[in-house]
Amino acid sequence: MLHALVMGTSLAVFWLLLSGYFTSSLLLSLGALSVVVTVYLALRADKHDGERVALRVDPPLVRYWIWLVIEIVKANIDVAKLILSPTMALSPRMVRVKATQPTDVGVVIYANSITLTPGTVTVDIDDDEFVVHAITQAMADGLTDGDMGDRVTALGAR
Amino acid sequence: MSLLAAILAGMFLAAGAIFVLIGSFGLWRLPDFYTRLHAAGITDTLGLSLMLVGMMFLGGWTLVTVKLVFIMLLILLTSPTATHAVANAAYTVGLRPFGVPPEDLAEKDR
Repeated sequence: MLHALVMGTSLAVFWLLLSGYFTSSLLLSLGALSVVVTVYLALRADKHDGERVALRVDPPLVRYWIWLVIEIVKANIDVAKLILSPTMALSPRMVRVKATQPTDVGVVIYANSITLTPGTVTVDIDDDEFVVHAITQAMADGLTDGDMGDRVTALGAR
Repeated sequence: MSLLAAILAGMFLAAGAIFVLIGSFGLWRLPDFYTRLHAAGITDTLGLSLMLVGMMFLGGWTLVTVKLVFIMLLILLTSPTATHAVANAAYTVGLRPFGVPPEDLAEKDR
């Protein structure tokens, strides 16, 4: 019940922000109707799926996002320099990285953080190991010696 | 809109455009599929984010800015998933990466 209320409220807020209609009662009631239908369908789907995936947005996650944005900016500048350098000294590697996150959501956050950072792309997931393509040796080392994985693990179960 | 917001918007849009251009240039210049993904990553992340921030300065404190924030969140959450799907498909069918030392590859791909 609480789940339905939270979902309904967020959908209603989402609808209001996207549509920008705050006064027309016809449009508002149609919006409310679509929220109700969506919540009903989502709850119905939950019965068959069972695995509800929720992302709890809390201060540690926000701190991680800020850290990640800085890392992404740094990596972007590195890859941009590489592309623009006349010699373009590539040294691509396929490295294996261990994922130590306890939950699926943690593993996904880690894998997507690697991919989101230019210069490294998660190519395959093999149980608890990622196969990561890195564009240079330095990028590969930055990943294997870096603390991104530990930071995601420190976010804990979510 | 104040002059300051306009100047900031222009700076962010120009910086974003430069990164999109670098990403496209890399897409053309890099040698193979996997390395090109990294160039596309530049366009996806810094290029796109800088341009959206620039547009937010133009939008000011309005619903337009809220929508831009939603777009940014959507792209930053979904684009790595899409990139992974494409890279994984290439890896699964055995596309060999350029210049990777053989010891990095699985037995069957050498």
